Amino acid sequence: MPLDLFTVGDPIADTKAPMDVPIGERWSTRRFRARLVNPANRRKLTVIVVGTGLAGGSAAATLGEAGYRVKSFWYQDSPRRAHSVAAQGGINAAKNYRNDGDSVHRLFYDTVKGGDFRSRENNVHRLAEVSNSIIDQCAAQGVPFAREYGGLLDNRSFGGAQVSRTFYARGQTGQQLLYGAYQALERQMAAGNVEQYARTEMLDLIIVDGRARGIVARDLVTGEVSTHFADAVVLATGGYGNVFYLSTNAKGSNATAIWRAHKRGAYMANPCYTQIHPTCIPVKGDYQSKLTLMSESLRNDGRVWVPKERGDARDPREIPEGDRDYYLERIYPAFGNLVPRDIASRQAKNVCDEGRGVGPNGLGVYLDFSDAMERLGRPAIEAKYGNLFDMYAQITGEDPYETPMRIYPAVHYTMGGLWVDYDLQSTIPGMFVIGEANFSDHGANRLGASALMQGLADGYFVLPNTINDYLADGPFEKVDDSHPAAAEALAGVQDQVQRLLNINGTRTPASFHRELGRLMWDLCGMERSEESLRKALDRIPEIRQEFWTNLKVSGDWTSINPTLEHAGRVADFIELAELMCVDALHRNESCGGHFRAESQTPEGEALRDDENYAYVAAWEWTPEGAPPVLHREALEYEYVHLAQRSYK
Amino acid sequence: MRSSVGNPADEKRGMNLTLRIWRQKGPSVKGRMVTYEVTDISPDMSFLEMLDVLNEQLILSGDEPVVFDHDCREGICGSCGLMINGTAHGAGVAAPGRTTTCQLHMRKFKDGDTIDVEPWRASAFPVIKDLAVNRGALDRIIQAGGYVSVPTGTAPDAHAVPVPKKDADAAFDAATCIGCGACVAACPNASSMLFTAAKVSHLGLLPQGQPERNDRVVNMVAQQDREGFGGCTNIGECSAACPKGISMENISRLNHDLLGALRAGARPKS
Amino acid sequence: MVTVTHSGQRRTPKAAKTNSVFKKVVMAVSGIILVLYLIAHMIGNLKVFAGRESFNHYSEWIRTIGEPAVPSQTTLWIIRIVLLAAVIAHFWAAVSLWRQARRARPERYVSKKAVAQSYASRTMRWGGVIVLLFIIWHILDLTVGAVNPDGADSTPYDRLVASFQNPFITAFYVLALLLLGMHLRHGIWSATQTLGQSNKRRERTVNAFAIAFATLLTVGFLIVPFSVLFNIVD
Ligand SMILES: Cc1cc2nc3c(=O)[nH]c(=O)nc-3n(C[C@H](O)[C@H](O)[C@H](O)COP(=O)(O)OP(=O)(O)OC[C@H]3O[C@@H](n4cnc5c(N)ncnc54)[C@H](O)[C@@H]3O)c2cc1C
Ligand code: HEM
Ligand code: HEM
Ligand code: SF4
Ligand code: F3S
Ligand code: FES
Repeated sequence: MPLDLFTVGDPIADTKAPMDVPIGERWSTRRFRARLVNPANRRKLTVIVVGTGLAGGSAAATLGEAGYRVKSFWYQDSPRRAHSVAAQGGINAAKNYRNDGDSVHRLFYDTVKGGDFRSRENNVHRLAEVSNSIIDQCAAQGVPFAREYGGLLDNRSFGGAQVSRTFYARGQTGQQLLYGAYQALERQMAAGNVEQYARTEMLDLIIVDGRARGIVARDLVTGEVSTHFADAVVLATGGYGNVFYLSTNAKGSNATAIWRAHKRGAYMANPCYTQIHPTCIPVKGDYQSKLTLMSESLRNDGRVWVPKERGDARDPREIPEGDRDYYLERIYPAFGNLVPRDIASRQAKNVCDEGRGVGPNGLGVYLDFSDAMERLGRPAIEAKYGNLFDMYAQITGEDPYETPMRIYPAVHYTMGGLWVDYDLQSTIPGMFVIGEANFSDHGANRLGASALMQGLADGYFVLPNTINDYLADGPFEKVDDSHPAAAEALAGVQDQVQRLLNINGTRTPASFHRELGRLMWDLCGMERSEESLRKALDRIPEIRQEFWTNLKVSGDWTSINPTLEHAGRVADFIELAELMCVDALHRNESCGGHFRAESQTPEGEALRDDENYAYVAAWEWTPEGAPPVLHREALEYEYVHLAQRSYK
Repeated sequence: MRSSVGNPADEKRGMNLTLRIWRQKGPSVKGRMVTYEVTDISPDMSFLEMLDVLNEQLILSGDEPVVFDHDCREGICGSCGLMINGTAHGAGVAAPGRTTTCQLHMRKFKDGDTIDVEPWRASAFPVIKDLAVNRGALDRIIQAGGYVSVPTGTAPDAHAVPVPKKDADAAFDAATCIGCGACVAACPNASSMLFTAAKVSHLGLLPQGQPERNDRVVNMVAQQDREGFGGCTNIGECSAACPKGISMENISRLNHDLLGALRAGARPKS
Repeated sequence: MVTVTHSGQRRTPKAAKTNSVFKKVVMAVSGIILVLYLIAHMIGNLKVFAGRESFNHYSEWIRTIGEPAVPSQTTLWIIRIVLLAAVIAHFWAAVSLWRQARRARPERYVSKKAVAQSYASRTMRWGGVIVLLFIIWHILDLTVGAVNPDGADSTPYDRLVASFQNPFITAFYVLALLLLGMHLRHGIWSATQTLGQSNKRRERTVNAFAIAFATLLTVGFLIVPFSVLFNIVD
């Protein structure tokens, strides 16, 4: 690997997990060894929590309840709008309510394997352990999970799992779980334990004497930039999939909080690991502003196909069986339409690359329910998928009961994120990162229904236990605006806001964002190669250059100005995109969601290189001009045997 | 190469529309309707994508873009919400279907249409700028009691309390309210009753919600009055505009619970 | 949670009185009282078809119920007081909710369209006011006779016939009754909802009943003026 792209620094390792006990005891041991803060002292300690999704909402509520003084920040108008609200499918837990052989160990095993052996065993095991308490907690909060006639919770199997361990609330599981956390949070706000900062965007991290001590944030309504101080800072700001412009994320989802923390010294781990979801509604035109997920559960009954012939423009209903290629069933006879996300996505790309894609721009494949309709009858299909079919019809104007759906893969989830140790603490002491914003538990590929589990595990159960150990040293010396570090951060943010407004060029932030996204999708998307990544790395600095000289933002900073907000986020996406490409280029293997064209089996499957790449790539920021520094965290597998995934 | 089946969109590429949009610089400034033209709008665009097109034009000409709230753009976060041709989320345009503003598509309009766009109007929802309003009042209604008090880690096994499927389903139906505020916007009385009723029903129907049931309803109703919402006179515009189809039955259930709670002696916290 | 069984504390306290739902309950209860009166009144009115004697006798009877145990007109006055209280309470709640609604939306929409709202629900307030004005005038007309073509000294039957022979007066009655019918059509459904007795399953039944009842009552009342107008009764 040429050294002009990055340099290699010291290895990094987690030091918090107690390795002297077996894996099943590590979490309880860690909890026991972590120092506690006595309740009277908690009142004197302030924690900033940025983000109110499943991770941030649950953490802020729990910390508030524990007696800490919490300040909660989010950019929407209400905490209930965090993008966790959009999760459809469900949440995993090792309850084994179905008596189908599930266990903490199996969930642990499946998650490590699903992540293509690129995650840390200790963290994943803990995740599986606390998964059951999450379901208990949420049920007690009044989350209306699906139930069976006996009044007990229903489960379904999800994302190719062989056990039924997914709890769900119709197609709106994320919404219902988020409302549970949101209500708990509002309760703490009413009790005066959590101070709220709605429509407030974190724009920098304040570090004093090596510790994270606060943030610089902009009130998006008044435009005012100000500092907020605390004894610890928790980031729960979600994923950065919007670097691709089009993704299933919300329009406002951003990398700004983690990116600016990264620039302050937090390592960014595995940024190139992105998950592409196979069942989304295809892109319609240039004006398209986001992509909509169609739940994965559709693949349970729908059959995926494309015409055998390129350019077959017939109405799909008029294409006879013999002229159709049910390619997933053909290539993967055992799993058929239910192969994991990365495989389903890549195969869709392959058939479209062959020119057999369907829809206006040839970027789509059919998801056909006609067999299922015949077998089960329309009412059964309506009952199961009615809301999804309606959504599809509303967006596309086509009736999926009549004609096959068209689907195409879209960016969905980012497994990469800020590096954290077993305590979920980043490389900056006092800064913790939870939920999708950290890199922790999913390795190179996340299993369906595991992100909700991780967000709530982090927020309800892990962080509230581990943060005590850090806070036991507090309260730390008081800081205020007069501290040079605070003043510097504040001025830096104000400067950037002014700079964005002053360029006065000819292109909108959205136009840069679209260009960047397009480039990332083409060159660092479902399939990456040395050539494509090098091309991207040539082009991104040019985009950045043009951004800072030709951007146009109208309006001013003194009142709500979405263009200005967007501009700041795009600036960060451009920088992050570059690091993603470096990471993707340096990882000369395929694993999970990261598929390198150079590294595949003769059948075209992802080929891992455990010899050379069984590590977490944690990147250190260096000031502009200098290449980033790679710190490797070696991944050891004590309990799960490294093996090649096979879904044939 | 596409199926043109059932897609009337194809015939109507490139609509030209006149937009009359409420522009208001801030909460204490008077606003007015301003007319804009947009051209070549694809019927496949969502309403917000159409506004994006307008905003790109405005930015490039140095004007301030129209401010409106949005985030998920898939009808679930509840951020978006505009009065479109006099109906909340364009319920009149989308009828008989239900929709959020972000899921309203331009194929529902015709070339040459004039479209009026206004913010939610209620004194409890002060305008922030243009089409964006402050809906914090709804969060405060939740704060008044829209929760089950269950400290983290204290819950019994999820199977310890079975819930009849019927109740779980009804609770779910109520719980799908996305807090968009369209009910308030549509109600001739600017009442938040449907929102509050959805929450009260959701928790009131579940065994987990019983211990706090009386206090919850009394306090949440008191809070919504305090926030300056109007009273409900059972008109039903709210439910017709609600993107999630929250039914009027929830309002009846709230009233029932409230009367029961008052009779049982529950009183609002002041 | 407060669970008080002590009866002294079961009154609705101050705080709850300003509650918008409480106003609605006042409205529903008073409305129901008025409805009950209207049922009786309509049946009474239909005695007009039994002829002058019978009708006048009925009017007489109302004034003498309970005699001689109680003084003349006691029952009538009790009814009158209850009715007056109901009207005042109903009116107070209506006005108070009306004002609350106006405060809740000080800035009107430039364009606003109804999606579901029925004509009946939209006319509750002004319809109610017109009905109130009608009642005042109606009492001056038929009970007191002050504005009646036949004057105060005539019998109820004569006053009635005299009024309805005038097409303008009849027209006014018809207008008021149609508004009342709509008021009741929405009012009955609304009261069920307000008292927490409605649900999805019952919704159709309640609505059907409201329509049937309102129609029946309106027609029942309207028969009388039309019969007079078309000389079926004279
Ligand atoms: C369409 C869709 C469907 C999904 N379905 C599933 C599923 O079925 N099962 C599953 O397990 N997972 C699913 N996922 C993944 C899962 O929903 C997410 O990974 C998870 O919800 C992320 O939660 P979070 O709390 O980390 O972040 P989010 O919920 O994204 O919350 C981010 C929070 O941070 C705040 N924030 C962000 N940036 C800033 C800033 N700069 N300043 C201040 N505040 C900021 C936001 O306001 C928000 O409150 C799905 C994801 C999507 C997009
Ligand atoms: C066409 C229909 C109606 C007819 C023919 C009619 C007839 C009468 C008559 C004859 C009286 C006088 C009775 C008496 O003095 O002995 C009377 C009284 C009264 N009517 Fe009507 N009425 C009609 C409709 C209504 C309606 C719609 C209302 C109310 C909404 C109403 C309310 C009253 C009241 C409050 C009184 C006074 C009772 C009292 O205090 O003595 N009437 N009506
Ligand atoms: C005095 C003049 C009147 C006014 C201003 C008035 C106004 C109103 C209003 C505003 C409502 C509530 C609207 C709603 O619920 O949608 C209402 C409800 C009602 N009214 Fe009237 N009304 C009047 C007279 C009457 C009369 C004379 C009757 C009966 C004969 C009546 C019966 C009812 C009933 C049953 C309701 C339903 C109560 C409820 O909504 O819970 N009203 N009225
Ligand atoms: S009840 Fe319906 S309209 Fe009202 S806030 Fe909830 S979802 Fe929106
Ligand atoms: S429209 Fe308004 S009056 Fe009540 S039923 Fe709905 S809140
Ligand atoms: S933008 Fe989220 S509901 Fe419309």
